[in-house]
Amino acid sequence: MSLFEYAPALESTAIVNIADKYNLFINGKFVAPKSRKYFPTINPATGKQLSMIAEAGAADVDLAVTAARNAYVKVWSKMPAAERGKYLFRIARILQERAREFAVLETLDNGKPIRESRDTDIPLVAAHFFYHAGWADKLDHAGLGSTPKPHGVVGQIIPWNFPMLMLAWKVAPALATGNTVVLKPAETTSLTALLFAEVCQQAGLPDGVVNIVTGAGATGAAIVNHPGIDKVAFTGSTDVGKLIATSIAGTKKSATLELGGKAANIVFDDAAIDEAVEGIVNGIFFNQGHVCCAGSRLLVQENIHDEVLEKLKVRMSHLRLGNPLDKNTDIGAINSEAQLAKIKELSAAGDAEGAERWSPPCEVPTDGFWFAPTIFTGVSQTHRIAREEIFGPVLSILTFRTPQEAIEKANNTPYGLSAGVWSEKGSKILWTASKLRAGVVWANTFNKFDPASPFGGYKESGWGREGGRHGLSAYLKASN
Amino acid sequence: MIVDSSESSLKAFLKTLPAVDEVGVTSRAAMLATRSIKTSSKAWAIDTAISMVDLTTLEGADTPGKVRAICAKTVRPDATDLTVPSVGAVCVYNDMVATARAALDSIGGEAIPVAAVATAFPSGRASFAVKAQDTMDAINAGAAEIDMVIDRGAFLSGRYGEVFEEILKIKEICGDKAHLKVILETGELVTLDNVRKASYLAMLAGADFIKTSTGKVTPAATAPVVLVMLEAVRDYYNATKVRIGVKPAGGIRNTKDAIKQLVLVNEVAGSEWLDPALFRIGASALLNDLLLQRMKLRDGYYASPSYVTLD
Repeated sequence: MSLFEYAPALESTAIVNIADKYNLFINGKFVAPKSRKYFPTINPATGKQLSMIAEAGAADVDLAVTAARNAYVKVWSKMPAAERGKYLFRIARILQERAREFAVLETLDNGKPIRESRDTDIPLVAAHFFYHAGWADKLDHAGLGSTPKPHGVVGQIIPWNFPMLMLAWKVAPALATGNTVVLKPAETTSLTALLFAEVCQQAGLPDGVVNIVTGAGATGAAIVNHPGIDKVAFTGSTDVGKLIATSIAGTKKSATLELGGKAANIVFDDAAIDEAVEGIVNGIFFNQGHVCCAGSRLLVQENIHDEVLEKLKVRMSHLRLGNPLDKNTDIGAINSEAQLAKIKELSAAGDAEGAERWSPPCEVPTDGFWFAPTIFTGVSQTHRIAREEIFGPVLSILTFRTPQEAIEKANNTPYGLSAGVWSEKGSKILWTASKLRAGVVWANTFNKFDPASPFGGYKESGWGREGGRHGLSAYLKASN
Repeated sequence: MIVDSSESSLKAFLKTLPAVDEVGVTSRAAMLATRSIKTSSKAWAIDTAISMVDLTTLEGADTPGKVRAICAKTVRPDATDLTVPSVGAVCVYNDMVATARAALDSIGGEAIPVAAVATAFPSGRASFAVKAQDTMDAINAGAAEIDMVIDRGAFLSGRYGEVFEEILKIKEICGDKAHLKVILETGELVTLDNVRKASYLAMLAGADFIKTSTGKVTPAATAPVVLVMLEAVRDYYNATKVRIGVKPAGGIRNTKDAIKQLVLVNEVAGSEWLDPALFRIGASALLNDLLLQRMKLRDGYYASPSYVTLD
């Protein structure tokens, strides 16, 4: 027991106003679903229901696509690019003004710590809108020819791990490039997307430019398969990504897919060890490990394995798990019962396959969904926990002997989204980065995001890039 | 840890220390600065911080009157509330040690040590004979803690043996009569790699405390510097089972800053260091802000600064 216990420091929830039920946002208005169905959304930290969310059926999706098409043809495609940019700037400013409200709502609905929603998610959301607002009238300088053209109506399906940030990654570039949007948030985390719909109204965004249809997999399939959709953008699991790719094969639709990952975080023996430990923690325990680019496979040079492990355990014993609304919480709740079951299943597989499990002593709340930060040592490439994406606060620790072996192991995965390299030797970092088959390689840091930096994967981690100049090409057809 | 004071052995040892990544340390420190310390834990932190203050006056204009005044405040920081703990020590130049000792003894502060800055503080630019005499004078006058400065010139030109020898010899002079705090003057060492190396040099040479700064150079006790020093004492303890103290000094002016320091201690070195025997804060203006915040917690409103004494 520490001498210095931090008393609860709860962020007030008075700033958010959660309705009993939410309708669909189509053509600038909130409308009841033709399906007449609603489903509950809960606070994963307590298991208590927050609200009821409309479940959009095929007829509702059709209305949304029609609204988006009308808005595209009649308003958005005719508007001067500089005017489009103004709307994005306006949205960005409103998001900043209402940042605390979004952060609290995100934490309530998703379970992530308020420190992260407040200091990472929402500031990055605003940054993405500001960044893309600047691009709106400069697209002829994007390297895609003199007059690149938007696709038209874009169907976007986003995951539950960064609900607002993924919305921003999708909506901001789509609007900046002149597309209109039908967006489906994840069924467990719809609330901030629906608050964003209010922001669109507040910004005076023309009706139908952004439409938000809530629901689960069937709603997503209705979007993907709707003939009025010109392009699909999806972030989520590799399994669903493959389904989407199959269903749009042979159609006019193009797609960007941002899928799973099993990132290697490589720590060489000449790394700054304390900061590498910090990077390991940030790599896997940020957002409870619900991060597609999480550094879930630690590859540590064998000659420093024990030292790194000892320091990692000390560092992990300082992680504070608990109420996500507490400003001092480092590890929040697991987003859903289903996800918790998956994490437990894979962790049990780790035990069964002979890896050694360790967690710091920590009290885990009884209500809601929780999983203590966990590491597995003695993991080899053949273990399931070294190959499959766990998407939770579970780190697999492997060792390597030489830089060549580190590269071999790092690339020995069907995924290729991200990787980390820790060394104080610049030439080694550059050599390693050039050999890694991963879309993002961080050097002496991890999980750093910036709207100007393209993000996306190799191999089964996805198609295309989001963010930066590269990300624009996902929403534009190049001209001559 | 096997080192002797030879230049080559020290250099070889310091090379084995892992590098410090400045960006990583800075972001870790920034994250820890977001810790929100409220209500009961804030009350505990304020009293703990008060008990860790080395109340300091290090001015050319120091007089016996000024020194007696801060001694009175050291023993009884808030005359209207005797539940306020005494501070950790009073810190003065060596010619003021006798005055301070006598003043403390005359008002019930026998248990409070007098710390003296020594070894040609703050620059350290004098012959070793002068530095040794400076130290002996302070101890003879009753100093129980010696805050020495390292020879930054020698350190920056790579003469680690000289830095080490000097600390070793001052430690011999201190013997069991005085605790030795070694001031690294991190503002002049500049890089965090240097901070880590200098911390180890001081610990290996026998420092009881490592201290950031003289207070005469900016920047002083920045959070990244303190974080690296706390890592050094933590790792040194793991290797030797000896706990060395840390004293940030300079630039810690208000309660928020002081609580941030305690959070660093708690989450980097560990709660064993949350003890005036292992953590001190060198400050002067800080104490009054701690007292004002303490009144705020007690009374529920902010008192006018007129309610704390200016000494």
